[in-house]
Amino acid sequence: MSAAAPAAHPADTFPRLLLEHARARASRTSIREKDLGIWQSWTWAQVLEETRALALGLTSLGFARGESLAIIGDNRPQLYWAMAAAQCLGGVPVPLYQDAVAEEMIYILDDADIRVAVVEDQEQVDKLLEVKARLPKLEHIVYEDPRGMRHYTQPFLHRYAQIQARGRAIHGDHPGLFEREVMQGRSGDVAIMLYTSGTTGKPKGVRHTHASLIAAARGGCEFDRLGPQDEILSYLPMAWVGDNLFSYAQALVAGFTINCPESSDTVMTDLREIGPTYYFAPPRVFENLLTQVTIRMEDASQVKRGLFNYFLGVARRCGAQILDRKPGVSAKDRLLYALGNLLVYGPLRNVLGMSRIRVAYTAGAAIGPDLFRFYRSIGINLKQLYGSTETCAYVCLQPDGQIKLDSVGLPAPGVEVKIADDGEVLVKSQAMLFDYHKRPDATAEVFDAHGYFRTGDAGFFDQDGHLKIIDRAKDVGRLRNGAVFAPNYIENKLKFFAYIKEAVAFGHERDMVCAFVNIDLGAVGNWAERRSIAYSGYTDLAGRPEVYQLIQDCVEQVNAELAADPMVADSQIHRFLILHKELDPDDDELTRTRKVRRGFIAQKYAPLVEALYGGKRSCFIQTEVKFEDGRRGIISADLRIQDAKVHPRHEPRDPQRAADAQRAVA
Amino acid sequence: MSALPVPSRPVGEVILAVENIALAFGGVKALSDVSFDVRESEIRAIIGPNGAGKSSMLNVINGVYHPQQGQVRFKGEVRRRMDPHHAASQGIARTFQNIALFKGMSVLDNIMTGRNLKMRSTLLEQALWWGRSRREELEHREKVEHIIDFLQIEHIRKTPVGRLPYGLQKRVELARALAAEPVLLLLDEPMAGMNVEEKQDMCRFILDVNDEFGTTIVLIEHDMGVVMDISDRIVVLDYGRKIADGYPAEVRSNQAVIDAYLGVAH
Repeated sequence: MSAAAPAAHPADTFPRLLLEHARARASRTSIREKDLGIWQSWTWAQVLEETRALALGLTSLGFARGESLAIIGDNRPQLYWAMAAAQCLGGVPVPLYQDAVAEEMIYILDDADIRVAVVEDQEQVDKLLEVKARLPKLEHIVYEDPRGMRHYTQPFLHRYAQIQARGRAIHGDHPGLFEREVMQGRSGDVAIMLYTSGTTGKPKGVRHTHASLIAAARGGCEFDRLGPQDEILSYLPMAWVGDNLFSYAQALVAGFTINCPESSDTVMTDLREIGPTYYFAPPRVFENLLTQVTIRMEDASQVKRGLFNYFLGVARRCGAQILDRKPGVSAKDRLLYALGNLLVYGPLRNVLGMSRIRVAYTAGAAIGPDLFRFYRSIGINLKQLYGSTETCAYVCLQPDGQIKLDSVGLPAPGVEVKIADDGEVLVKSQAMLFDYHKRPDATAEVFDAHGYFRTGDAGFFDQDGHLKIIDRAKDVGRLRNGAVFAPNYIENKLKFFAYIKEAVAFGHERDMVCAFVNIDLGAVGNWAERRSIAYSGYTDLAGRPEVYQLIQDCVEQVNAELAADPMVADSQIHRFLILHKELDPDDDELTRTRKVRRGFIAQKYAPLVEALYGGKRSCFIQTEVKFEDGRRGIISADLRIQDAKVHPRHEPRDPQRAADAQRAVA
Repeated sequence: MSALPVPSRPVGEVILAVENIALAFGGVKALSDVSFDVRESEIRAIIGPNGAGKSSMLNVINGVYHPQQGQVRFKGEVRRRMDPHHAASQGIARTFQNIALFKGMSVLDNIMTGRNLKMRSTLLEQALWWGRSRREELEHREKVEHIIDFLQIEHIRKTPVGRLPYGLQKRVELARALAAEPVLLLLDEPMAGMNVEEKQDMCRFILDVNDEFGTTIVLIEHDMGVVMDISDRIVVLDYGRKIADGYPAEVRSNQAVIDAYLGVAH
């Protein structure tokens, strides 16, 4: 096919970007997938051919401009091509979470008016067949993997390869058709619809245009200098905005190679084989990897373990500074670090599949300081970002060399971030949602009078202009002196200690912050055993003076960290107690996803809260508990209440900016 | 498990007929006068209480035991030699009640051993990794990779079998049997000791094997739900005798079977 003239048609939509890559780097690898134990690859020219075949084939099912195409399955090249094919025809791909049960899919398929669905395999076909009777609009299902499908005779089921064959025939008869379709696309057209998780109410379809996604992708690529030489492993759900940005939008903007794992169970092996240069994972993945390393090191020989521990000590001392090219590392440390890199860090990065990583990101949940420091100290450029489905996961990014543990970085290029009077983070950028599908009310609600998007998160800028997210805006309260009180922020800080399993902070409309603490029975039990402290169970261990001392040290460390930051210095924990029982979803104290139900707990343990604020030294409490087998019992204890040392506020380095920040929140 | 759709396979001619088999170990009569047939592409279950002679029956079909009376007719030909190697070369593969894999070897290597009979190159060629052995290994590896993909065990390809949980070991054993590209597959309690989810997976795999490759399957199983759902016909043995033979619905309502095996409560 003839290449598009770049001047007449700038590559401002994804299909045109695809044409551009197929012209400029036709024989370079665009996508890989491990199949039958071997990495199979497709060049940009092949990807264009496959996409074109599918797109034209879809026209034979009547798929037309403006229509939505459901895409359900694991990260497979054929499904990424389906996204591109829909966009080529001016349609809107709607990726769904592949592990959702059929019932959960009904709402989205109906809301998005899905007529044609492209799915991975028999498993997904079965799910759709199960609910098809309740989806009158669904007319065609295209499946990629024919395995097990031999006896499905329904006329509305089509093989992906058959649809592509039809498309190839159409292309033979009408050679210019595909390109004409692509050229009709406008950058202001809706390019994708992603559904929010719907934790509060029904899921909402967030619609993005080509322009907004390309703006986010281009900004990110330039920020981290991503180019055609980069590699990424695409293993996170296609329905998630992050995968859409990293594995689709950025890949098409920068022209880098995406790699699809063999199956969801082989991701770690595949990661090692590919050795990506660009990587994203939620904190729990990094945590699991570190746990595996720790366990395996414990089984290693004494010499290896000694080396590992010694050089990890060196890395802890100077690794992060060396990574950030900061001055102040002694020549001796530099030499030791180089040696450690040869003996420990290099091989370790190799085992983790991170030898070639230039940029790694984590987001989605708070990452523990030890975890974050560990990866950075062994030379992996792990950074954090902040964003949401509505903002294309593109609001704040941490620049190389300016990494702070508890900030999410500086506003990304082209993004304007400000803090509302009530502390809510507001965002304005090109990479903003077009609207919520069929929900003008919701769309109107999320934008303020000046066109800023309300993130629903509360945060503030620190002295260096880095954004810190402290909590959901609706959870943020005020101390009686007017200072911001962000319970989640304080609780997370406490929970980063291995000894603390749960924490509940109080302080809204109070003079000071106090907290309940749950110890982690495993970690504290282990600690107690090593000190020959005998205990009979959770309640007994939680009441030990030694344990109180241990937790007090943790609380006071948190206080020191809070004191260093003028915004939250007033939130230092003055008094705390260790609860006599573990907070439990069965007793309604936690949600099923293990979030603390602060209001309920404050009510249930009202005498304890009063004792904390009433200056008592101890308090007797009796609590009914539900056991796993449904029996009920009573736990009672005389709880000690401990005072923690509170630090005076540190003077801010830049009084003017701190004052500004103060004003912004006040 | 009743939700599994049993596809309507075209069941063909009789592929295996055991005729008047009697097998005794000294004074113990394991099997007496048992006859039944297995048709091409069918799933045939053998059920019966413990000690009924089910595994002995499989061992006869497989050529391990030598019956004192009767004959085994496979693909129209009466078997003269009773010898497992001969049975294997005719296209009969099996799995065992107690897993019989090479514990120290990887999953991949274990499955590769299933290709043993198909290998043509000599020991010397293989040792030197030279000539046709090289090409041959690539071909075999590809076949094995298809089976790995089929049974969804990519993630344990390189794991030593001894480190795998029981359910997966069973699946690897099935993979090894499939590697021989059998015409007739004998499964001795493929679901024993599995949890519900593992059983469902295994059912799905057995049906898929039958469906995808047209493999004839004879299986021994104790889980009645599984047997009734996936088999085309069922033979019931009790104390070495055949007491019933027929379609699942017939067997389920057969009074002799209910008394001997299913128990009156069912």
